[in-house]
Amino acid sequence: MARSIRIGNAQGFWGDSVDAPARLLQQQPDLDYLTLDYLAEVSLSILARQQSRDAHLGYARDFLAVVAQVIPLWKSGHQTRIVCNAGGLNPLACAEACAALLREAGVDKRIGVVTGDDVLAQLKGDGSCPNFSNWETGAPVSTVLDSMVTANAYIGAAPVAEALGQGADLVVTGRVADPSLAVGIAQHEFGWASNDYHRLAAATIGGHLLECGTQMCGGISTGWLDLADPAQMGFPVIELGEDGGLVVTKPANTGGAVTEWTVKEQLLYEIGDPKNYLSPDCRVDFTTLTVEDQGNDRVAVSGATGSAPTDTYKVSATHRDGYWAHGTLTIFGRDAVAKAQRCGEIIFERLRQAGYDYPRKNIECLGSNAIAPGVLPPRDSGEIVLRVSVAHEDKEAVERFAKEIAPLVTSGPQGTTGYAGGRPRATPVFGYWPCLIKRDRVTVKVNVL
Amino acid sequence: MKLYEMANARSGDKGRGANIGVLAHSDKDYHFLVEHLTAARVQAYFAAMHPGDVVRYELPNLNALNFVLPTILDGGGSRSLRVDAQGKALGQVLLDMEM
Repeated sequence: MARSIRIGNAQGFWGDSVDAPARLLQQQPDLDYLTLDYLAEVSLSILARQQSRDAHLGYARDFLAVVAQVIPLWKSGHQTRIVCNAGGLNPLACAEACAALLREAGVDKRIGVVTGDDVLAQLKGDGSCPNFSNWETGAPVSTVLDSMVTANAYIGAAPVAEALGQGADLVVTGRVADPSLAVGIAQHEFGWASNDYHRLAAATIGGHLLECGTQMCGGISTGWLDLADPAQMGFPVIELGEDGGLVVTKPANTGGAVTEWTVKEQLLYEIGDPKNYLSPDCRVDFTTLTVEDQGNDRVAVSGATGSAPTDTYKVSATHRDGYWAHGTLTIFGRDAVAKAQRCGEIIFERLRQAGYDYPRKNIECLGSNAIAPGVLPPRDSGEIVLRVSVAHEDKEAVERFAKEIAPLVTSGPQGTTGYAGGRPRATPVFGYWPCLIKRDRVTVKVNVL
Repeated sequence: MKLYEMANARSGDKGRGANIGVLAHSDKDYHFLVEHLTAARVQAYFAAMHPGDVVRYELPNLNALNFVLPTILDGGGSRSLRVDAQGKALGQVLLDMEM
């Protein structure tokens, strides 16, 4: 039988359970690798704000708490190696902070650092490059260069494999593509060639299923309400074979479920053309997959077919796009929807009289099928959360909006309540700018501390 | 009969758009959905939310259809003022469709 390794994930996004990584290691002590995913499309813009205040920041500091929890386990003999993208915009600072924690605890572990995904300088230096145009709108990058905050290429598995090959026990990266964390582990363990596309595709499927944590184990599934013990929902574990064999599972005695249905739903999460799923490592065809539920929270996924990737990396860039705020009030009683709607209109009328207009604004009467306006028939539940939102280039205009909600507590309809949270805050909006970059313009580096 | 009686769904954001995966409960349900849950039908259903030109992909190996709605998120997950800026609820909205 082909050799196989166990890879887990205990962080599906920045903000996921901080206790999950150490808990997963205790639940699954034979785990070979633990992956942690901290970066979504605009996470890097939040990290950029932190880095602008302190040049030593710009990474997911939550990860340091994770390392602190894992240190006692490493000291007691756990061998699991960790691969994560917590480095954000500043992988080196993240790695140095981890190294300080390990030194202090007297733990001898090596840290691999992957850099080079930051391509902001490349975009700033070439405003007319067609690849840098927004691939959704076609707008040239020159229109947002002055306000651009971050630009990071989704780099692939190779530097992860290289860092592990140099003996890293902990690999800290920036914007590596989510599935590539697992693919890099597999390439290191099995020595697959970079054109062994079918096996790279199998590992990419494994990484895709892992990357959102508990979503693989029943989280956000259609049948969620029937799940056993959801408070103890397990994080996912894959068993990946040298031959590309893949079984998806979760630790014993955890809640949730891994079934044909949870796997199939997660396979389709945030994908486009299933015959042409693009990762930096390969192109994957999902239409050749076979999903076999083996029972006991074990599902085999076989038949992945891969082909060569493109000669570009996808880039996620972000740019400043003014400010926004969202305020809520609860309206209870007869005709609650009509009352809530009128309250929203009063807010905008009072702002107009004060000299404020907003290029983007929205009134939602939550509880009336407002989630899909005009699609689902409106209904009056008699208990509505009024949610009012504005966006404006000028922060002061957004702050003025935030002051216009509370006056309805005494001038609004009977049954107006739910205002204890105070004034909403004006926070920056970051526009998302997806584009491409030729691979030869990206220099990826690996250092092992 | 509602779509949720014959399928599961999963939705999420893709830039300014979203995808909705629809997973038929049986071979029979899948063949029915291939015929009746067309891209045009889904586009018309979501018309009030400006979904753009909806594209449907077939995954007969999984008894699944994947719909891409390229502009349904009103500017996208980072920019939309809507409470469901990332389209997380769109799967539930589609499952409410009368078949």
